[in-house]
Amino acid sequence: MSNTNENNWPLWEVFIQSKRGLDHKHVGSLHAADAQMAIENARDVYTRRQEGQSIWVVPAAAISASQPDDAAMLFDPADDKTYRHPTFYIMPEGAKYI
Amino acid sequence: MNSPGLFFVHYLMIINERPTAYPIFANIKTVAMEDLKLEELFQAKVDAELKIEPKDWMPEKYRKTLIRQISQHAHSEVVGMLPEGNWITRAPSLRRKAILLAKVQDEAGHGLYLYSACETLGATREKTVEDLNSGKAKYSSIFNYPTLTWADIGAVGWLVDGAAIMNQVMLCRTSYGPYARAMVRICKEESFHQRQGYEIMSVLAKGTPEQKEMAQDSLNRWWWPSLMMFGPSDANSTNSADSMKWKIKRQSNDELRQTFIDRTVQQAEILGLTIPDAKLKWNEDTKHYEWGDIDWAEFNNVVAGNGPCNKERLVARNKAHDEGAWVREAAMAYAGKQAKRKAA
Ligand SMILES: [Fe+2]
Repeated sequence: MSNTNENNWPLWEVFIQSKRGLDHKHVGSLHAADAQMAIENARDVYTRRQEGQSIWVVPAAAISASQPDDAAMLFDPADDKTYRHPTFYIMPEGAKYI
Repeated sequence: MNSPGLFFVHYLMIINERPTAYPIFANIKTVAMEDLKLEELFQAKVDAELKIEPKDWMPEKYRKTLIRQISQHAHSEVVGMLPEGNWITRAPSLRRKAILLAKVQDEAGHGLYLYSACETLGATREKTVEDLNSGKAKYSSIFNYPTLTWADIGAVGWLVDGAAIMNQVMLCRTSYGPYARAMVRICKEESFHQRQGYEIMSVLAKGTPEQKEMAQDSLNRWWWPSLMMFGPSDANSTNSADSMKWKIKRQSNDELRQTFIDRTVQQAEILGLTIPDAKLKWNEDTKHYEWGDIDWAEFNNVVAGNGPCNKERLVARNKAHDEGAWVREAAMAYAGKQAKRKAA
């Protein structure tokens, strides 16, 4: 068996748009030799029941992700800024369409 | 020792009994305390029903348990294609053939969802597949039984997929995010599998006496192995306590088995078929069925590799893998060439 590392197909992350107008959503991953094969495999693996009408594939190695340990540093600053939400503001009684 | 807090205190007591004069022990102590703190945080997340995601800290045993369970699950989907594939060319009609092809293709998909969930835990695909092919890894022992007649395709869908669904519905709420998401996807597809099997059984059961006989014979052979799919009884189940604490599973083997029996007996009655268990009876007090003794010696024997088809299954998997090697190589060579051409 000549299964050296170079012959192992790389990993791709798959994103499917279920309907026109919606976001592409991450659905999982698969192995494929190249992008074209990754799209074809994604069709067979993730859209056997009309789950999608558009596919994105991205080499898993090309994705950079934030670390769980950094979550506080990244996201806490938004905690005390409730004035970024419309419900923060007090509207005068009786005002319409606002 | 149920709550992480108690565990923490208990562990500290053990550590404090040790001599602290050696610097190496002091070192172990800090590492252990760090781990305990992380473990407490981890358990708090699990208790709060927050999913654990790939980059989160997790106890090594949680990771190992998941890798073992998810890969076994994936292998079961893949090996499960073999007994059903056996009947694709002999399906009795074009309708049945198309259905069976679609079902087998779904099983391949299920295997792939699960393999990719397994990879998020740091297990490489090659190693996972190698463990199956070398016989090191296990898969559900049910697939070591042969599909002798067309009715077996009905029984497999109805009983084997039916039993699998019980387990899989529970796993949709498992604590590890990628596993839970794979299970949600699988469950959506799985109910067609069970229904097509039950339909096959119902057509046969309503057919000629020979056809009904064939359906009954198939139920006779698949009933007990299907009950074994839930694993050893709770009293003898070794991994359960941790799995429950970590919410990998939420119901015990016996609970799942009970629900399966309660549901399936009624379905057999509709078909006019008899469950091959003389001790089966309704208990009015518990509102559950009582059932006879499972032959655990048979189960252990099949798990140990001595079932009717264990060897055949592994030979088939290895053959497919080896004969596909040139395709994998050629695809990589082609991809490499294309990439070079593009760069030039
Ligand atoms: Fe499946």
